[in-house]
Amino acid sequence: MKKVLKPREREQLLGTTYAFPMGIWFTLFFTIPLSIIVLYSFLKRGLYGGVEWEFTLDAYRQMFNPSFAKVVIRTLWISIVATLGSILIAIPCGYAMAKSKYQTILLFLIIIPFWTNSLIRIYAWISILSTEGFINTLLIKMGILTEGVQLIYNNGAVVLVLIYMYLPFAILPLFTTIDKFDFALLDAARDLGATKLEAIVKVMFPNIKSGLSTAFIFTFIPIFGAYTVPLLVGGKDSTMIGNIIVDQVSKTRNWPLASAFSMVLTLISLVGVFWMLYNGKREQQQTKKTTQQSLELNIRRHHLRKVNSK
Amino acid sequence: MIKHQYNKKSKISFSSAMLYLTIIFLFVPLFVVVLFSFNDSKGMQWSHASLFWYKKLIFESPSLWSAFKNSLIIAFTSSITATFLGTLAAIGIKWYRFKGRNYITTISYLPMVLPEVIIGISMLIFFSAVRVRLGMFTIFAAHTTFNLPFVFMMVSARLDEFDYSTVEAARDLGANESQTLRKVIIPTIIPGVLSGFLMCITMSLEDFVITFFVSGPGSGTLPLYVYSMIRYGVSPVINALTFVMILGTMVIAFTFRRFLKTVAASS
Repeated sequence: MKKVLKPREREQLLGTTYAFPMGIWFTLFFTIPLSIIVLYSFLKRGLYGGVEWEFTLDAYRQMFNPSFAKVVIRTLWISIVATLGSILIAIPCGYAMAKSKYQTILLFLIIIPFWTNSLIRIYAWISILSTEGFINTLLIKMGILTEGVQLIYNNGAVVLVLIYMYLPFAILPLFTTIDKFDFALLDAARDLGATKLEAIVKVMFPNIKSGLSTAFIFTFIPIFGAYTVPLLVGGKDSTMIGNIIVDQVSKTRNWPLASAFSMVLTLISLVGVFWMLYNGKREQQQTKKTTQQSLELNIRRHHLRKVNSK
Repeated sequence: MIKHQYNKKSKISFSSAMLYLTIIFLFVPLFVVVLFSFNDSKGMQWSHASLFWYKKLIFESPSLWSAFKNSLIIAFTSSITATFLGTLAAIGIKWYRFKGRNYITTISYLPMVLPEVIIGISMLIFFSAVRVRLGMFTIFAAHTTFNLPFVFMMVSARLDEFDYSTVEAARDLGANESQTLRKVIIPTIIPGVLSGFLMCITMSLEDFVITFFVSGPGSGTLPLYVYSMIRYGVSPVINALTFVMILGTMVIAFTFRRFLKTVAASS
């Protein structure tokens, strides 16, 4: 006879059966590897790669070496400039997409380059910017230049290509939140005397805060951990934290130092993510209020219309 | 009467001008590469149109095609595994309370938000610590890991719209758990499952950084091959390959055009 389970036991059993295969997978291939990194960052460096089982803070001390500190500062400013650039471009784009009748086509156009292999996209920029590249060849042919100018292998090229690579990460979440935004609120604000810009900044921005923070985090984190872009289009002075980590693992074979730098990247990313989640939650709590406000505005707008048409 | 100009502007607004410029910005580099894939000579000097590099790509690049074969094997095996594990977990987490639920929920978002370098390095160090030889298996494990969060998230989003009372109705009518799953739950959430799967395939075919760390000799995927071409001697074959890859991306995106909005919402 089949044993009859109590509802509580049944729930426990079903939940476990459904969710644990993934839980075990993540434990094995994510939690444990990440824990090893945490552990290694506190161990002594082995002579030929690997580690020796001896507790030390050497790896963290080495991070304050001026040559590394410079890279950390550079990584920060490159990431901030590229992220802000992407978001400033993405806001009007998301707005225009949300208002457009051709959303599917526009999404298609944004997603195609985004899904094209990242190395191919970097390669495309190399062939445009390099000394024998497209721009130089064109300018020489037009007689503006006599010989090629070095447009690549500098920090400007890194920022440009990073913006190019991660722009869709900013556009897509902004589009999604702006798409849910009630545009009647903008009309209402304008009826009440706001200029177009005022209406957008004071009425729309507070309502798309979660989209803005998602866009910020989803561009900032991958840019902060960038490895291929500075490697392929950057110069000698464009190294970022990602490059240090890889060099420490594959060339210098200083695993504790690589682990310590990975910890820094991980912690900064986690802080960003929690900030984003916090923003999203606060917005959810405020939605009630906003709906009420929007209702009020709608009523007022309706009255205004009536008054005007009389 | 006040005319509301907001929704009926005849001239192009600032925002749509920005959008068109951005789309041009996104496509120009690709367009230049595609244009020069039809160039007969090497370099950026235009001589005349030819399909020379395409011939070379198709008939004289065996190592490229074997890398592509590896890519396809990895993409399909890891996407199927991730879709299977992720869908089940999303169902379990959405509807049931059980021990370990919070842990699994938290851990399922993290691989998506951490920089790729971290995932790659941690897996490399893990595999060498437990002495697993790098190769197809390690790439498969890594790809499944970074694909899982996408499936989990997309299926969860779909389940939010699911009415649990239909499951209860099925049970009341005598369906057991596996019948309910196969005949009621799966058919309803299939769009979420499919867009998750699609996302996995593209992510997997696209990934370079993580694969770079966990690949071993002979297990190179297409992005790794492209990388070595860029670093150690560019041949215009890569231009021809670019066009083929863009066409492939377009076919995938077009096939799944109905799900593009779901994809946008979750990335």
